[in-house]
Amino acid sequence: MTTTLQLTDVRKTYSSGHLEVEALRGITMSVDEGEYVAVMGPSGSGKSTLMHILGCLDVPTGGTYELAGTDVSRMTEAELAEVRNRRIGFVFQGFNLLPSMPAWRNVELPLVYAGVHRDERRRRAIAALEKVGLGDRVAHRPGELSGGQQQRVAVARALVTDPALILADEPTGNLDSRSSADVLALFAELHESGRTVMLITHEPEVAAAAQRVVRIRDGLIDQRVAA
Amino acid sequence: MNLVETFRTALEAIRSHRLRSTLTMLGILIGIAAVILTVGLGQGAQVQVREEISKLGSNLLIVQPGSATSTTGVRGGRGSSSTLTVEDAEALQSKEVAPDVKRVAAVSSTSTSLTAGTTNWTTTVNGTTPDWEQVRARSLSAGRFIAQADVDDARPVVVLGADTVAELFTRGQAVGQTVTINGSTFTVIGVLKAIGSSSDTSDDDLAVVPRTTYAARVSTGGLRLSVSTIYLEAQSQGALSAAYQEANALLLTRHGVAAASADFSITSQQSLLKTATSTDQTLTILLGGVAGISLLVGGIGVMNIMLVSVTERVREIGLRKALGATPSAVRRQFLVEASSLGATGGLLGLGLGVVGALVLPHWLDQPVTISPLAAVGAVVVALAIGITAGVYPAGRAARLAPIDALRND
Repeated sequence: MTTTLQLTDVRKTYSSGHLEVEALRGITMSVDEGEYVAVMGPSGSGKSTLMHILGCLDVPTGGTYELAGTDVSRMTEAELAEVRNRRIGFVFQGFNLLPSMPAWRNVELPLVYAGVHRDERRRRAIAALEKVGLGDRVAHRPGELSGGQQQRVAVARALVTDPALILADEPTGNLDSRSSADVLALFAELHESGRTVMLITHEPEVAAAAQRVVRIRDGLIDQRVAA
Repeated sequence: MNLVETFRTALEAIRSHRLRSTLTMLGILIGIAAVILTVGLGQGAQVQVREEISKLGSNLLIVQPGSATSTTGVRGGRGSSSTLTVEDAEALQSKEVAPDVKRVAAVSSTSTSLTAGTTNWTTTVNGTTPDWEQVRARSLSAGRFIAQADVDDARPVVVLGADTVAELFTRGQAVGQTVTINGSTFTVIGVLKAIGSSSDTSDDDLAVVPRTTYAARVSTGGLRLSVSTIYLEAQSQGALSAAYQEANALLLTRHGVAAASADFSITSQQSLLKTATSTDQTLTILLGGVAGISLLVGGIGVMNIMLVSVTERVREIGLRKALGATPSAVRRQFLVEASSLGATGGLLGLGLGVVGALVLPHWLDQPVTISPLAAVGAVVVALAIGITAGVYPAGRAARLAPIDALRND
């Protein structure tokens, strides 16, 4: 088993004026390729900060973060953009689809920034939509799709670049229980097919779907229940 | 992300905010059209004035009687007395004294009534010499001009302006007919070709008779040797200044006056042109300035809209960055958006300006010249405004952190 990501003593301190907030106080963990990991914690625990660092949306103030063998903790913004583009697929709580574009155009968006040719983009976007069961909805705009369908479009967008890590932030937070089950089933399927999936949640039922649960409390990994 | 994709993304964003984009472009559009039209109007007026003045004759100097001081010390204004004489004109013809003067035409004129049959018409009757035709750059549409023999023998012949012919001879040929001037019968020997002056000076409404005939039969005053204007034609454009100096020195000597109290004045076609052109230029600069300000306001409009657009699209920018858009890709997208708005507005403005330039002369009776320089310049300026107005908003958009952007719920 190769390691997909390795965090070593990762710290993050936010300072606004005189106030310093230590959101992460030394996180060390690793995730192997093909693992399905849930990060759980109450609000204010630092799990969102962890998610941002994992997703290369932010850089740690201390420690190192290796993603697919590359240290990304000291990268420039442009380099981080490329890592986000090639190595990470995001699924957000609020779907974050562009309302003016049909589903397939939303899915191909990461490929646009990757410099993939147009025809190839379209082919891959439609393939990804078929994989999430929306092969008959490629030309629908987000407004014409249900919440569950929108989140599946978002999953297709996360898949399309064939990333090392699929990172989901509260992916079921805005969904009813049936749609939630659909989306979780989709993640399980992705895990089966050998992908590395991390999801951040505060719902135990959602976390239960994962292979391993990491609990965060006060910016540290909660050792009492670490599995 | 390559340039084609950047353009596609930017144009999509413009299209999805159709009304806002249209209003933004309108500012640039009106500015550019205004610049093209005002510059075109100014240049059209300049061309018109230049044409008018060149109709007077080429390389022309005009000598007119000036302020003469009488023995009692009363000073008259220009033209108040005729201080120029036929002798002055003859002296100017001397190749030794004034080698740069090519031709001289002295003109004595008076306003009087012409009668042909039962029709009469009051016009300016000019007594002059055959050189008048060349000096004033005129030609004939029928018949011939006054010949030296007509002057020598003081023959009762007359050449009429086109408008005068139209007034006197409602139908038929004018040449060969007779007109009565001041009780004497004159034979019409020629008709001047119309020069179509749009000003109200009567270049097409006049009668020309030999100088000697004028003195004998038309002039009412006793000053038979005085002339009202002497037209000088210089050897060439370059000799104009030399001709001016020579004529000025000669006339000062002949009249025995100092330069400060000269009793005549010499104006050149060039000086008229300069005055007229500078007036038009001032107007063009003024109007162009106003149009330029409207263009600037349009540019500020583009910047304002782009800033609003950045604020409004924080989530979209954040998402694009999360999905792998580099800061420079975001910056490029917004720059292309802004400059596309500018360029599109500029091209539409150019179109409106050209249409305006074609339509306006029908209403204004004023030619509008489309200057290619102004047209190309206007579009370049529009593009530059778009880019300039886009730089700051684009920079702001590129600097947005993806998480801040995504948190913006």
